Amino acid sequence: MIPGSFAYHRPNSVKEAVALLTDLGEEARPLAGGHSLIPMMKLRLASPEHLVDLSGIKDIKGIRAEGGDIVIGAMTTQQELIASELLASQVPILRETSLVIADPQVRYMGTLGGNVANGDPGNDMPAVMMCLGATYQLVGKSGERRVAARNFYEGAYATALGAGEIVTAIRIPAPGAGHGYAYEKLKRKIGDYATAAAAVVLTMKGGKVAACSIGLTNVANTPLWAEEAAKILTGSTLDAATVKKAAAAAEKITSPASDSRGPAHYRTKMAGVMLTRALARAKARAS
Amino acid sequence: MSKVQVSLKVNGKAVDGLVEPRTLLIHFLRDHLNITGPHVGCDTSHCGACTVDLNGKSVKSCTVFAVQATGADVMTIEGVANADGTLHALQEGFREMHGLQCGFCTPGMITRAYRLLKENPKPTEEEIRFGIAGNLCRCTGYQNIVKAIQYAAAKLAGVPFQEAAE
Amino acid sequence: MNDMTPTAAERAEKLQGMGCKRKRVEDIRFVQGKGNYVDDLRLPGMIYGDFARSPHAHARIKKLDTTRAKAVPGVLAVLTAADLKPLNLHYMPTLAGDVAAVLAEEKVLYQNQEVAFVIASSPYAAADGAEAVDVEYEALPVVIDPFKAMAPDAPVLRDDLKGKTEGAHGKRKHHNHIFSWQSGDQAATDAAFAKAEVTIKEMISYQRVHPCPLETCQCVASFDKIKGELTVWGTFQAPHVIRTVASLISKIPEHKIHVIAPDIGGGFGNKVGAYPGYICAIVASIVTGLPCKWVEDRIENLSTTSFARDYHMQTEIAATKDGKVTGLRVYTIADHGAFDACADPTKWPAGLFNIVTGSYDFPAAHVLVDGVYTNKAPGGVAYRCSFRVTEAAYCIERAMDILAQKLKMDPAELRMKNFIRREQFPYKSATGWEYDSGDYHTAMQKAMDSVNYKKLREEQKKKQDAFKRGETRDLMGIGVAFFTEIVGAGPSRSCDILGIAMFDSAEIRLHPTGTGICRLGTKSQGQGHETTYAQIIATELGIPADNITVEEGNTDTAPYGLGTYGSRSTPVSGAATAMACRKIKAKAQMIAAYHLEVHDDDLEWDVDRFRVKGNPERFKTMTELAWAAYNRVPPGMEPGLEAVNYYDPPNFTFPFGAYICVVDVDVDTGSTKIRRFYALDDCGTRINPMIIEGQIHGGLAEAFAIAMGQEIHYDAQGNCTTASLLDYFLPTAVETPKWETDWTTTPSPHHPIGAKGVGESPNVGGVPCFSNAVNDAFKFLGSTHIAMPHDQWRTWMAADKLGLHG
Repeated sequence: MIPGSFAYHRPNSVKEAVALLTDLGEEARPLAGGHSLIPMMKLRLASPEHLVDLSGIKDIKGIRAEGGDIVIGAMTTQQELIASELLASQVPILRETSLVIADPQVRYMGTLGGNVANGDPGNDMPAVMMCLGATYQLVGKSGERRVAARNFYEGAYATALGAGEIVTAIRIPAPGAGHGYAYEKLKRKIGDYATAAAAVVLTMKGGKVAACSIGLTNVANTPLWAEEAAKILTGSTLDAATVKKAAAAAEKITSPASDSRGPAHYRTKMAGVMLTRALARAKARAS
Repeated sequence: MSKVQVSLKVNGKAVDGLVEPRTLLIHFLRDHLNITGPHVGCDTSHCGACTVDLNGKSVKSCTVFAVQATGADVMTIEGVANADGTLHALQEGFREMHGLQCGFCTPGMITRAYRLLKENPKPTEEEIRFGIAGNLCRCTGYQNIVKAIQYAAAKLAGVPFQEAAE
Repeated sequence: MNDMTPTAAERAEKLQGMGCKRKRVEDIRFVQGKGNYVDDLRLPGMIYGDFARSPHAHARIKKLDTTRAKAVPGVLAVLTAADLKPLNLHYMPTLAGDVAAVLAEEKVLYQNQEVAFVIASSPYAAADGAEAVDVEYEALPVVIDPFKAMAPDAPVLRDDLKGKTEGAHGKRKHHNHIFSWQSGDQAATDAAFAKAEVTIKEMISYQRVHPCPLETCQCVASFDKIKGELTVWGTFQAPHVIRTVASLISKIPEHKIHVIAPDIGGGFGNKVGAYPGYICAIVASIVTGLPCKWVEDRIENLSTTSFARDYHMQTEIAATKDGKVTGLRVYTIADHGAFDACADPTKWPAGLFNIVTGSYDFPAAHVLVDGVYTNKAPGGVAYRCSFRVTEAAYCIERAMDILAQKLKMDPAELRMKNFIRREQFPYKSATGWEYDSGDYHTAMQKAMDSVNYKKLREEQKKKQDAFKRGETRDLMGIGVAFFTEIVGAGPSRSCDILGIAMFDSAEIRLHPTGTGICRLGTKSQGQGHETTYAQIIATELGIPADNITVEEGNTDTAPYGLGTYGSRSTPVSGAATAMACRKIKAKAQMIAAYHLEVHDDDLEWDVDRFRVKGNPERFKTMTELAWAAYNRVPPGMEPGLEAVNYYDPPNFTFPFGAYICVVDVDVDTGSTKIRRFYALDDCGTRINPMIIEGQIHGGLAEAFAIAMGQEIHYDAQGNCTTASLLDYFLPTAVETPKWETDWTTTPSPHHPIGAKGVGESPNVGGVPCFSNAVNDAFKFLGSTHIAMPHDQWRTWMAADKLGLHG
């Protein structure tokens, strides 16, 4: 219940934050919304000696359109994602996903940057970002670089984030008018991590799938981009037999943990069921 | 670890303290300021008994360090009552509708409901239940808490409260 | 009388007595955040304690080094078993006749068992100190499966019981065996089974759960060296018992121990017994001379304080082929964890489990329970139920459904056929209980009519056909449960806690200006006693409830009582309250007769006054009589107007209810949606319908959690995998269904106001109702019994086993 001791830093700029993280090294952690890190610190599963609070940095907040992309500052909270009319019209899957993350209080503090960057396989946004083909903007001592979400996750709590780097923004290519989407999450109760969840974004043309992208949450030690399943569905009418094949292909890439949510083979099957249901809802929304 | 200065406003009053950076806001409120309305009910940020209103947001004060709240405007249950000292419609509603039993979840629940009604002054039952999903109660089974919030919503809107037929 | 005189009805309304939906007195402070819970207490110089705990479920302690811990800034001292042993406090007696370790001496027996108590000047320093205690363990093989606890080669758990073949409850047949207990008539039962036309047999398991009140267990102990007196504030459902036990083990005289239970944030049985934290805080205070606070966190609460249930009941029913039950046989393995810390009355190691014949007229029954030790947290307590009554009710209600299925009878019909009939009350059960009153057929019929049961079954049939045709993947289930509880422990001839009879008490004193105070031996943890006891007094004495202060929890001022659990407050202290009132009323009548210059018998009672028969304008209100009691009483009479009553109940009380639940199961995910839950409760006389409804809602929510996912789970190595709220299922307002409540009223004939108690009925009846509903959904596909909890994955596995996933 009581965290270990640490020194607290509150930089005013990205440059300052990066300098602190680089200089203080491994014993320093960035603090975004704190609702993943602080619970771990309270259980003493994480005991950083330094916390670098990013909440004073103004230019990593905000949501804007830029060309055909939506750019979201890393310190944007889930609550702000839900309230954004821009996102509601351009990338509606984000609001749908935010609403099934945790609870109102956590959503007031939890940030998109925190949710995508810490590498917890239970977080919902990473699979959605893989589904959307998002890119993360990272800033470190040597400057800015971009990494595709689909290339960012390496293992449980292991990402492409380098030492001293922070995510400053998430860049999402807008799926376009008339796209269908759904985030279908099976959970033991509201606010829980997923037993299994599927993110689907697709476009239909002449009754057939023109493009399809699928992300899966919490059914492996990283979020999964179900490329093969999406390929199977492309060009189909989302008929039952093809959907069944796609679900099987999605199940094939899963390797979930057995835990209180259920044994691994149940969670694998649920990935297939969540995908099937997400596809049905995405199809209904597509025009 | 050396202590740091924190200054913030709690229930309209400026306060400050010298705390270890690791001091959680809930402990700063309860142990340093003797504001014991918000409670600790768990270790994993689930139960919501510690909920406060921080800069217009419902926040679990057990998952925020006091230092993060420097300069903030914090309201706890002790600050919910009306300016003239009368009970807020929510406090009245919880009593009228029997929305509490042991009282332990009540400060956090009312503080959250306060913000919920500002987010959405006319919530449906489903929206109320979703809106308090971050606050656990072991005594009431939630049904009368929903009624209490509906009572308060009606009172704040100046309309008569209709209890839904069972 | 003139037009200005309020009518009897108006006067009664003003009193806010029994039957009124009186708003709660407690709420005024709670809604303003001004409750007084233990952790709100601040005393000058207060120090804090925190435990270092074992990561292992079973291990020998090879080395225990507190050097690093003592060096942590702010740490004042570290207690280990070696410090407690000279005081004989390294073990404490349990309420079940066993002993439990306060601090582990040579070995640890469950994960998170207390090993050292770090005392520091702040809670943060205490936590740092606890982390710095260095312990070297030698892991030992664990016993997790209770069915393997008595295997010939099972590891020895209790070294301290080595060679002891006699336990507190008789012979021990194995080193991990605690007791064997039986009830009923084995020969008659065997005979019934021998000639039975139909039998069913099923292993019905009730999983380990935990009461998990929102406030964890905590205390502040303050020893005054000058006076030699100990004051302990704590989360105590039974403060007087804690005081007596504290005196016995500390040797401080009982009159020098002051135990105070302030506001408690939920109990549900978790806060009945004593825990190592209380003992260590007391010792810390005695040793340092400073007040010591101990507050456990949630993980400690869930993984080390007393669990509930963990009963594995091999159940058999014998019946005729047209559905009349003839015999019941239950053999139970009871998993008590490392120490038997069951909070049962002394003579009942398996509580009142032999209520397992339930609401049915079984001519013969035999019950045998074997308690065993395992490497899990000690216990168990009665989590929102009377002792082991939830286990018994779940067992019989599940078994009756299984029997109904075998007989191809509707489960409600089978119950109607076997209910104890109204004219059979008071009813002597096959295990020796005398049920006080009941009208089961009326209640059941009312429930069935209210939900239109016939129509539900018709809908279900249609949905089953649709499922078979592949038109839907949802299964509809209808759960029926009819429970009879045994509460209100209890008569002194059968019930004691550590030798103290289970009476309870009320002391009432009226003041000259007609208001008053009532102190009782029970202790509310949210049940609204400050509101409801005053309502009893208002009706009995004609004083407005608002004019009566109700106090509980301070052992210096409250008369001795056994506390609040097992729904005993209304049956026992409620009775004491009425009896004390009647003593006061009798004296008031004499004072009234004296002042009105009539004979006692010339007076009649009218709501709030004694009036002269045939001459109603001549009266004295109780308020006037209170003044008179201090002003001028009849010659020879003592002044004052007060009374105390210690009530030894002649019997338990037997609340009952009919619950019906409708569910829809999604077979492809295993998710269950509760469509509807209807609960009809009969608790006899209803004191405050608003509070009763609140109790039903709350108990049903707990039942919902238990049936649908709550579990304290251990893996094969003895790790508790559900020790935090991430995994221990507490439903939010989103999952929790809406409740429909209803009632019948069958007063208890032996209770002064006919009341039976109600707080725990919903947990007793709710769990089997939910479980029967889920089971009912799968019956038509050949399923007989799916075990609880009915979480998504287990329900899906059951569907998978039935071949429903193609």
